[in-house]
Amino acid sequence: MYGRLDPTRGRRGVGHGPEEEADSSPRIGVFVCHCGHNIAGYLDVPALVEAARKLPNVVLATDNLFTCSDAGLAEIRAAIAEQALNRVVVASCTPRTHEPLFQATCEEAGLNRYLFEFVNIRDQCSWVHMNDGVAATNKARDLIRMGVAKAALLEPLVESELAVQPAAAIIGGGIAGMTAALSLARRGFAVTLIEREPHLGGLARSLHRLYPTHADAQDLVARHISEVSDNPHIDVLTSAEIREIRGYIGNYELTVYSRQFGMDLPVQAGVIVVATGAVELKPAGSYGYGQDPRVLTQGELERLLVEKEALPAASGELRSVVIIQCVGAREPSRSYCGRTCCLTAMKNAILLKERNPKTEVHILYRDIEVHGTHFEDYYGQARDMGIIFTRYTPQQPPQLDGSRVIVHDEMLGAKLGIPFDMLVLSTPMVPPTGVRQLAQMLKVPVDEHGFFLEAHVKLRPLDFATDGVYLCGSAHWPAHLDEAISQALGAAARAATILSKEQVRSSGVVSIADERLCRGCERCAEVCEFGAIEFHVLDRAGGRYDQPGQPASRTVARVNPVLCKGCGACAVICPTGAMQASHFRGDQITAMIQAALGD
Amino acid sequence: MKEVLVIGGGIAGIQAALDLAEQGLRVHLVERTPSIGGRMAQLDKTFPTNDCSTCILSPKMVDCARHPNILLHTYSEVLAVTGEAGDFRARVLKHPRYVDETLCTGCGDCALKCPRKVPDEFNLGLNQRRAIYLHFPQAVPMVMTIDPEHCTYLTRGKCGLCQKVCQAGAIDFEQQESEFELEVGAIVVATGYDFYDASHLSQYGYGRYPNVITALEYERLISASGPTGGHLLRPSDGQPARKIGFVQCAGSRHVRHNRYCSTVCCVHSTKEAVLAWEHDPAVNSHVFYTDLRGSGKGFREYIDRAARDYAVNFVHGRVAQILEDADHNPIIKYEHENTLRPERMTVDLAVLAISLVPARDAPQVAAILDVGLDDFGFVQTDPLAPVDTSRPGIVACGCCLGPADIPQSVAQASAAAARAAEFALA
Repeated sequence: MYGRLDPTRGRRGVGHGPEEEADSSPRIGVFVCHCGHNIAGYLDVPALVEAARKLPNVVLATDNLFTCSDAGLAEIRAAIAEQALNRVVVASCTPRTHEPLFQATCEEAGLNRYLFEFVNIRDQCSWVHMNDGVAATNKARDLIRMGVAKAALLEPLVESELAVQPAAAIIGGGIAGMTAALSLARRGFAVTLIEREPHLGGLARSLHRLYPTHADAQDLVARHISEVSDNPHIDVLTSAEIREIRGYIGNYELTVYSRQFGMDLPVQAGVIVVATGAVELKPAGSYGYGQDPRVLTQGELERLLVEKEALPAASGELRSVVIIQCVGAREPSRSYCGRTCCLTAMKNAILLKERNPKTEVHILYRDIEVHGTHFEDYYGQARDMGIIFTRYTPQQPPQLDGSRVIVHDEMLGAKLGIPFDMLVLSTPMVPPTGVRQLAQMLKVPVDEHGFFLEAHVKLRPLDFATDGVYLCGSAHWPAHLDEAISQALGAAARAATILSKEQVRSSGVVSIADERLCRGCERCAEVCEFGAIEFHVLDRAGGRYDQPGQPASRTVARVNPVLCKGCGACAVICPTGAMQASHFRGDQITAMIQAALGD
Repeated sequence: MKEVLVIGGGIAGIQAALDLAEQGLRVHLVERTPSIGGRMAQLDKTFPTNDCSTCILSPKMVDCARHPNILLHTYSEVLAVTGEAGDFRARVLKHPRYVDETLCTGCGDCALKCPRKVPDEFNLGLNQRRAIYLHFPQAVPMVMTIDPEHCTYLTRGKCGLCQKVCQAGAIDFEQQESEFELEVGAIVVATGYDFYDASHLSQYGYGRYPNVITALEYERLISASGPTGGHLLRPSDGQPARKIGFVQCAGSRHVRHNRYCSTVCCVHSTKEAVLAWEHDPAVNSHVFYTDLRGSGKGFREYIDRAARDYAVNFVHGRVAQILEDADHNPIIKYEHENTLRPERMTVDLAVLAISLVPARDAPQVAAILDVGLDDFGFVQTDPLAPVDTSRPGIVACGCCLGPADIPQSVAQASAAAARAAEFALA
């Protein structure tokens, strides 16, 4: 059901065994922190301690100047031993910074770390109610009472451990995929590089020169391919399609169909890197593209530039080239900016000018996207060579008029008619075919344009929410070559954080499905961002299904504790109450609400 | 265990340190200021998601502090580096905080009593802190620092109030600066950036006109943890700003100042205009731009949404000059994009999108590390080896390489971690 390894393998408790603690009645210790002036300056701490002492199951209530100081922590450890505490409540600053510290302290004293409960009386109480100490003290008293009520129902939780296969599967053999493969291979990790096409190289195979250095793109591709082929740690599968992906972080199993060998090949990997790139949009119907042989995309122009003799410029026949930017981009149906098209247009314009300075080159643009330090100089170079940049607005886009392009020049405030021998359309990169199927197999999302959607736009640009799957290059968003290389190295580092470990360990706070209540409606799986919920069939014969009046077999949810992040979304959506987020169970939350309402 | 030195504790240095530590390398994270966090800690929210900057940064800072493989050396600087890839020796200077880091809990009781007020550099001097201070409320480590230039006990032997009120007994006026040496296999440079001196743009009147401010000053003004508690009040009279002009390319794409594009400002200013509207929908914002650049993921849609849903008016045209009227209202002079005639717009507040420039001490840092700089003074790398500096074993990431947005910096930081690990484990 979970592939080769059972997810319950290696699950272990920390501190006391679950059996021992589950039997003992709660003995709760409450520690109220002064935080110097931060809490005690506004709240009546002695009154809080006094109130806590009277709560059910509380055997010790005390205060500390700084509970987080070495002295405060020592006091907690001593109290656990001397008073035989089996639950600890600290009322202090914020769990954001201090919960792990207090949990570790409990663990050091032999208590399971999940028998600790944090009550936030600083960030969410004394700091926000500085002007009303009495009301703030009352609120803190309520918060502590709620925390104690929940603490009485806490249970020790176990954390899962899983062995990690020190191997990576990289999907996509362009420059990004090869760069990631080489970085991991240099570290000694085994890599399987899976490419759909018969050759490695990806988008760069169709490039002529690289902006802004004008280095030869084919040299770069050849260098990468030879390094990859020479590396003993890298297995290359070309003409290969992913058929199926099973498993989870540490233990993925891919089924790859090789057209070369005419058979399915199994690939085992601890992590997966997605580097499937992007392709140029073909703007069917725009400006006569597809019908008029004079109308090309940048990619098609670039191929003509590679085949040097194919271009009439060499013989001086190409008098005027007009390039139109943002064709198929920044419009209602495709709202994004293609990022790389301005520079590609400049590059090809410069190359045309270098071949024949007499060729007139016009670039019609909306905004010139040449951010960063060195691209701006490249833009300057293009202008210095006599390439003419004309700004248009979407309200008055360029129009085709026979052998002329009519454009309203915003700067001049006048209409221009520019004759052309060749019309080049700059179109954005779009995701290649098959992205959505791959995303489904990986259980990762794509955005509205079909680019893969990372775990967090700002701080986790190379990760997916699903653990053990990483992302780089134009599969994420159209990327300049240096960006794609950076991201590929970065994805390799992210992957190496898993591959360097023999085991991965998960939190004890995970959801648990009660199979007796589950109806198999699958709503939990729809809201789970982490692909942690799978379904399996229970049948009467197995003796696991005992409710009368139900069909003989049925499907129920099961949570993979290694993938679950304990967010609780499944518990919220579950219509039967079968899904419970441990540590935030319904009975625990109900007890807190009751404690809040009744004094 | 193999060790790596990371210089700079902004988001790039933090990410590189975490990625290295999670690969089992021991990391020394050296940060010059009293806390890690860097520029990102000064931002209110981040584009294009409007995530609260501190809220997403803080957990990473805490992870760094708590990671068993990361040693934080805050308030410290690298003095010298010798050796080669796989075997560097770095000498580090630790400045005295005059506060025992192992005892201080950052409760701040001392700062309440400290009588000496000085401009708060975290808030760009918009308000005052005390001579004993926490760098910012979410500082990591959460430890106070005494500013030796302004503490009257350290300068004149008078006061010592902080020592009297500190219940943790953490104040130590006898603390001395100390030097130590690290042996590391690789070095990650993540020393970040500074802003161009806005007073060089005399045509915009920064420094002369009180209501002409920089984008980062605006960020502190609109931040709930900033000097005005998040109220957008203009400096001249403390009145709410209702009409705001954002001036793009202030020092960027300019032959006499910085030739390059600072990359982040178009979307950054758009975000600042969106935040103003969110605080008060009566605000109207005007963004004066050269090219409106937003090619990052989701950026163009963010700009389009700002225009459509947040009443942000984008004006194509470079601002020629800013004047002010008798009430200190800035008057923005620009060319109207349709009529092509010079126009004036009077606003309550003018915000300059100042160029990002190399950190002030970038030349010294480059000399200590013996790495090359580019024409602009940023650390030089090759586009095909984008995080490798000119010296093998030393890699770089984030804005010390040139202006970059947060996701770019984070991706580069992970890349630098990959290369540093390759060098250190080779």
